[in-house]
This record gives sequence, structure tokens and C-alpha cells, in this order.
Amino acid sequence: MLDKNGIAKRIAQEIQDGSYVNLGIGIPTLVANYIPAGFNVVLQSENGLLGMGPFPLEGEEDPDLINAGKQTITTLPGSAVFDSAMSFGMIRAQKVDLTILGAMEVSENGDIANWKIPGKMVKGMGGAMDLVASAKNIIVAMQHVNKAGESKLLPQCSLPLTGVRCVKKIVTELAVLSVLPGGGFKLEERAPGVSVEEIKQATAGKLVIEGQIPEMKI
Amino acid sequence: MIDKTVKNAEAAVADIQDGMTIMFGGFGLCGIPENCINALVKKGVKNLTCISNNAGVDDFGIGLMLHQHQVKKMISSYVGENAEFERQLLSGELEVELIPQGTLATRCLAAGYGMPAIFTPAGVGTEVAEGKEIRNFNGKDYLMEMAFDADFAIVKAWKGDTAGNLIFRSTSRNFNPIMAMAGKITIAEVEELVEPGVLNPDHIHTPGIYVHRIFQGERYEKRIEQRTVRTQ
Repeated sequence: MLDKNGIAKRIAQEIQDGSYVNLGIGIPTLVANYIPAGFNVVLQSENGLLGMGPFPLEGEEDPDLINAGKQTITTLPGSAVFDSAMSFGMIRAQKVDLTILGAMEVSENGDIANWKIPGKMVKGMGGAMDLVASAKNIIVAMQHVNKAGESKLLPQCSLPLTGVRCVKKIVTELAVLSVLPGGGFKLEERAPGVSVEEIKQATAGKLVIEGQIPEMKI
Repeated sequence: MIDKTVKNAEAAVADIQDGMTIMFGGFGLCGIPENCINALVKKGVKNLTCISNNAGVDDFGIGLMLHQHQVKKMISSYVGENAEFERQLLSGELEVELIPQGTLATRCLAAGYGMPAIFTPAGVGTEVAEGKEIRNFNGKDYLMEMAFDADFAIVKAWKGDTAGNLIFRSTSRNFNPIMAMAGKITIAEVEELVEPGVLNPDHIHTPGIYVHRIFQGERYEKRIEQRTVRTQ
């Protein structure tokens, strides 16, 4: 079973050299720590920055320079700043190659719910609906089951949707799964020490298992 | 050059009336028009509809206006970084319309470009699409979203000249240039106000035609919402 950093590490293997990537809040943010050395990957922050650098050193924080999580960050040589309309323009026009984000639920046809729990305080969707509606490739980073032990990989989402038929791949503490074009979670890899049976138990949606399922190489 | 300068924040917002719709630039607390918000709090104008990506925090930004019960409705993409906001929302005192961030930005852009509506895939198949026209282009569904219609846009820039030309700094640019284009009347507050000719025309982000009033803010706190640092 993987911890949060393990999930981030596995997702980092999906990132191609020379790509533009948008990382959501939470586990996706950790992915930046595991991008292979020597790869030229440009991180997009939807508040208006390409080429997001690491957090600043203490004393060098700039209130005018933040990421979409409102954290102080830095730029890198070659960074570019732009307004919010252009930021979502490049997302909508599919210039951003990969979006990695968290989710509360994913359905077997690739629907995603990650912004609203009815009856609880709703903070808003931020840029998530724009990202999932337009991204060429979406990978979801999340726990396989919720705190109540219920599967988050479902036949249909029960929570209000963020987007429909958009998720391509899911990485959890238990497995890597891809969403089949005709519906269903195809089991691609098992986390170290996790059995196919455990993954079956934790998956409520249609799980497609073909042949031997290899263990992840982390 | 046409001189757009006004004396200060109080003069800039003097004719903002109860019940108006106002856009505020900024993302979180980054690049918000601090001086104009303070002037609106002082003025006590009420029943405002505020279009802003976020709603400030309890004691800064739009949060200050919420505390004075000046806001009737917020149109935002992400809110609730303050307790008073949540209290007013749950008690029904405050109305909130949540819209996708890219939709918010592009509805500003449409207003500034003189286009009545835009088509975006954001929100298709979700509750955001309820009651909206859907058009299919090249096999993909898009929602029709209307250009904003705001009485005032209030933005903050780094530098500006008396002709209203604006330059923004780093990610404090965010919604500011597109909201500047979208207001019927646009107020710009700047950290440094200079004479025409000082700013290089090639470096202007917002041309002065979009700006009706400009002044240099008295002071800027520029509060950081999430201070994150690395050790080495």
C-alpha cells in the first residue's frame, strides 16, 4: 500500500519530458517533488503562471507571487506571467498536456466529483470544472476508499459532478487503473504488497482484470 | 493625453451607490484593490453585488465589507476562507453564485471585447449547466455564458500613468486586466502613478481607454494568505 508520497511518485512516472502540467491541491502538488531530474517539465498555475518554481527561501516571499493554492512561490528562468483569461484560454485550447487533480468520487465512465458535498459548506469549484472539461489527459490522485471505508470508484458518482467522461487514469494507494472508453476501471498495476482481491474489495464500480496484474515499480 | 487622475480612493468611489454591481480584481489576497475596498467600507454603501474570484478573509479584503453587511450577493469561483462569510451564507443573509474560474475570467473578457456571450465546455453535465443554452460544435457540447454587466470594475495595478495606462506585477495580474476592460466605469489604484511618457508603450498591459479613474494608493499591506518557504 502506498502513502501520499508514494501515489505522487507513481504519478510522476506518467509525466513526459517536455510537457506542460497543471497540478491540483493536495497529493497532486507533491508530484512536483518526483519529476525525474533532467526532465524539462513546465508547471502551470491557473492564477496566471507558467514555470512555477519551488517555495521561496525565508525572507524572500513576494506577496505578488503566489500559486493557485495561494501559497508563496518563485519563478524560474523562462517563466511567464499572464492574466486569468489567458490562463484558462491555454487550458481550454488544450495547450496544457496533463492535469493531475484529487477527487472525492470517480465513476466507471470517467465522471468526476470533487467540489461539493450537499449539506456541507460549499467553497466552490475554482478552476476544476474548466480543467476537467478541457484537459487532453486527466489523472486523478486519490485514496481508493473514503474515511467511512466506502469505495470512491463507483458505477456512478453520488456527489454533484465536476465534469463528465473526462478522467483517463486513477492512481490510489492500492492501484493504477485506467478508465476504458466503453466504461469500466481497467486494473493496470497493484501497489506493492496489495493483492488483486483487496483491490476488488475496495472497488464498487466495474473492475476489468485481464491476465496477471503487475506490481508497480516505484 | 486625457488626465484620469482622481485625488484618492474616497474620490474614486464617491458615486458608487447602494445596489450596484462591482467587480474586484485579485486572486485570494494577491492584487486586490485594498485602498478602494477600505474606502467602500468607510462609505458604508450597501446591497452590493460583488464579482470577485474570492471573498477575502475575515479581516482583510472583501471580508471587511462582509463584516459591515454591505454585500448582498457574491459571484465567485472559490469562497469561504472566512468565518463571517460562512455564517452569513448559512443564515441566508448572503447570496452566492459559484461559477467556474475560467468562466468567470472569460465572461470578463467578453465584456471588455464587446461580445455578448461565450461558449465554454466548463460545467457541461453538471449543475452549473442548469437552465443554460447548450450548443454542440464539432461533436462537443458547450455552455453559453453571458458577458458580465458591471457598473464598476475596481482593479489594482503596479504602475500606471495619469492617462490610465496600467502595468501589473507578477501573479498579482490575475483578474485585474480583464476586469479593467469589463467595467462600465473602471477605477484603477496603483502603487506608483507617473506622468505620461514614463511608461514604455510596449510594456502597457491595459491601455488607458479602459480606465476612467486612477490614483496612487495611500498604502499597501499586501497580506500573504499562505506563507510557504523552503529551508534550502
